[in-house]
Amino acid sequence: MPEMLVLKDIRKSYTMGDTRLQVLKGIDLTIEEGELVSIMGSSGSGKSTLLNIIGILDQYDSGEYRLDNTLIKNLSETKAAIYRNKLLGFVFQSFNLISFKSALENVALPLYYQKVSRRKRNQLAMEYLEKVGLGDRADHLPSELSGGQKQRVAIARALIAQPKIILADEPTGALDSKTSYEVMDLLKEVNNSGMTVIIVTHEHDIAEMTNRIIHLRDGLIERDVRPDRFISA
Amino acid sequence: MFDIDKWQEIFATIQKNKLRTFLTAFSVAWGIFMMIVLLGFGEGLTNGVKYQFRDDAVNSIWISSGTMSLPYKGLLPGRRVQFTNEDFDWISRTSGTENVSARNWVGGDFVVSYKGEYGKFDIRAVNPDYQFIENINMVEGHFMNAYDQQQRRKTAVIGRKVEEALFKGKNPIGEIININNINFQVVGIFEDIGGEGENEIIYIPLSTAQIAFNSVNKINQLMFTVGDATVEESKVLADKMQAEMARRHQFDPSDERAVFVRNNYEHFNRFLKITQAITSFVWVIGLMTIIAGVVGVSNIMMIVVKERTREFGIRKALGATPMSIVGLILQESIFITSAAGYTGLVLGVLLLDVVGKAVAANAPDFTYFLNPRVDLSVALSAVLILVVAGAVAGLAPSLRAANIRPIEALRDE
Repeated sequence: MPEMLVLKDIRKSYTMGDTRLQVLKGIDLTIEEGELVSIMGSSGSGKSTLLNIIGILDQYDSGEYRLDNTLIKNLSETKAAIYRNKLLGFVFQSFNLISFKSALENVALPLYYQKVSRRKRNQLAMEYLEKVGLGDRADHLPSELSGGQKQRVAIARALIAQPKIILADEPTGALDSKTSYEVMDLLKEVNNSGMTVIIVTHEHDIAEMTNRIIHLRDGLIERDVRPDRFISA
Repeated sequence: MFDIDKWQEIFATIQKNKLRTFLTAFSVAWGIFMMIVLLGFGEGLTNGVKYQFRDDAVNSIWISSGTMSLPYKGLLPGRRVQFTNEDFDWISRTSGTENVSARNWVGGDFVVSYKGEYGKFDIRAVNPDYQFIENINMVEGHFMNAYDQQQRRKTAVIGRKVEEALFKGKNPIGEIININNINFQVVGIFEDIGGEGENEIIYIPLSTAQIAFNSVNKINQLMFTVGDATVEESKVLADKMQAEMARRHQFDPSDERAVFVRNNYEHFNRFLKITQAITSFVWVIGLMTIIAGVVGVSNIMMIVVKERTREFGIRKALGATPMSIVGLILQESIFITSAAGYTGLVLGVLLLDVVGKAVAANAPDFTYFLNPRVDLSVALSAVLILVVAGAVAGLAPSLRAANIRPIEALRDE
């Protein structure tokens, strides 16, 4: 499988008041196309920072990051926005749907920034909503949806631009276990269709559902595990 | 600029945030409305003052005779000053005077008749220039001319009311009317905006009247305009008249009751200065109101941007470029401020119209407030200023919002 994502010696530090906090101390990581990966670690391990760098939401201090063979380094905001739009789909713990837009409009939004015509993007948005089982909720506002439904809308939104990678930051963090498993099933389904999925989580049962678990600790990769049962499966 | 999707985005935002939109729109509309109303009222007052001076040329000086109240060079007070043609000639020769005329009231109980119709009218003997001093508008024919004056021709210029009373719809030009048994030929009909009474007058040449009605070379009143002279120059000229009349008629130059010199120009200017002061005051208040509106808009823009930081973060994560965020905020702000500004403008103009018509209908005699209007270009530039100011006010926070890293915006729970 071709390499989708290559990180070489990524370092990142934050300045907090007078102290300089080294969050990532040299991350080397390669993820291939079609992988379903989870990143685990306790709070402060640097997993959110790593996800932000992978998601081009934040910059790194040194090292090299290639996404789909494109070097992602010191991009302007405009360039970063274009890459995010084309290459990445985000799923957040707090859903991050726009509150005054209906489910359909939320799903269609990435296509608006690709200048897709309104009719076309609403049609596609409807297809993706149906894919996540919410065709009948298209006109509902986020406030009228349950947590699980909101996350499914967010997943539909992440998928609609057909990105290379889905980045999910604690996608089940705000959901009960039953709904969590439904969301995970959906993400696995997405992965089965060939898309690379990276999930940041601190829940072991969620991580166990992925094909590869990367453990972060104090800004370094502690363990990179591929459970045997998936390999044999 | 015209991107239908962007407009749909904006209308969706407006629709979902009605209170915020209303507050922005209200502060803008109110600012413009107040400004329009204030400017309109200022204009109404100015028009009212101008109306008070509509009768005579504003740059005219009028000299009337009185009775001497002070002894002078052994002469006792109590003598009356009598102007003559020589005074007229002297004023005509004096530099700085433009149109010069004398005026005599003729008779008093003269009956004027035309083919069996009779009437009593005010008969005034004047010089040709009088037309320009009194603001007489000719409706038909012409005013008397220098030739009439020189040849002592028996020509008459009649007012609208005289025409209605004597001619009953017939064309009076060229007809002969009889004034105290002397025949005069009608050469013109005039209309004087000075009021009803000013239209019940018959003007005849002064030279003719002095012969026909036996006043020899006597004159009751003298008047002239000062042309392009400044107020100061007109004052100098008025003082010069006072002094010269004292010399010619032998009275104490400080005697204020012997000759009355009324300087219309000075009066007019004084009132004009008052209205100018009112107008500038109104402008200051209007601009303050606009500034208040701008501050209101900027305030709301800052709140809007703060409130939407998270939304912008989401949009950026989904691929919105910083410029598209700035564009979204600015276009929304410009749209709301222009629509609201225009609404305020229309409402303000409507109110002025209603007030103006109500004053005219309910109090026709109240002429100190007339036609409260506002210059449309002024009104539109006020709206434009507000729109631009709103955009500029929104620019700084929107640039900040657009450049904030999405991760920070999304963290802002």
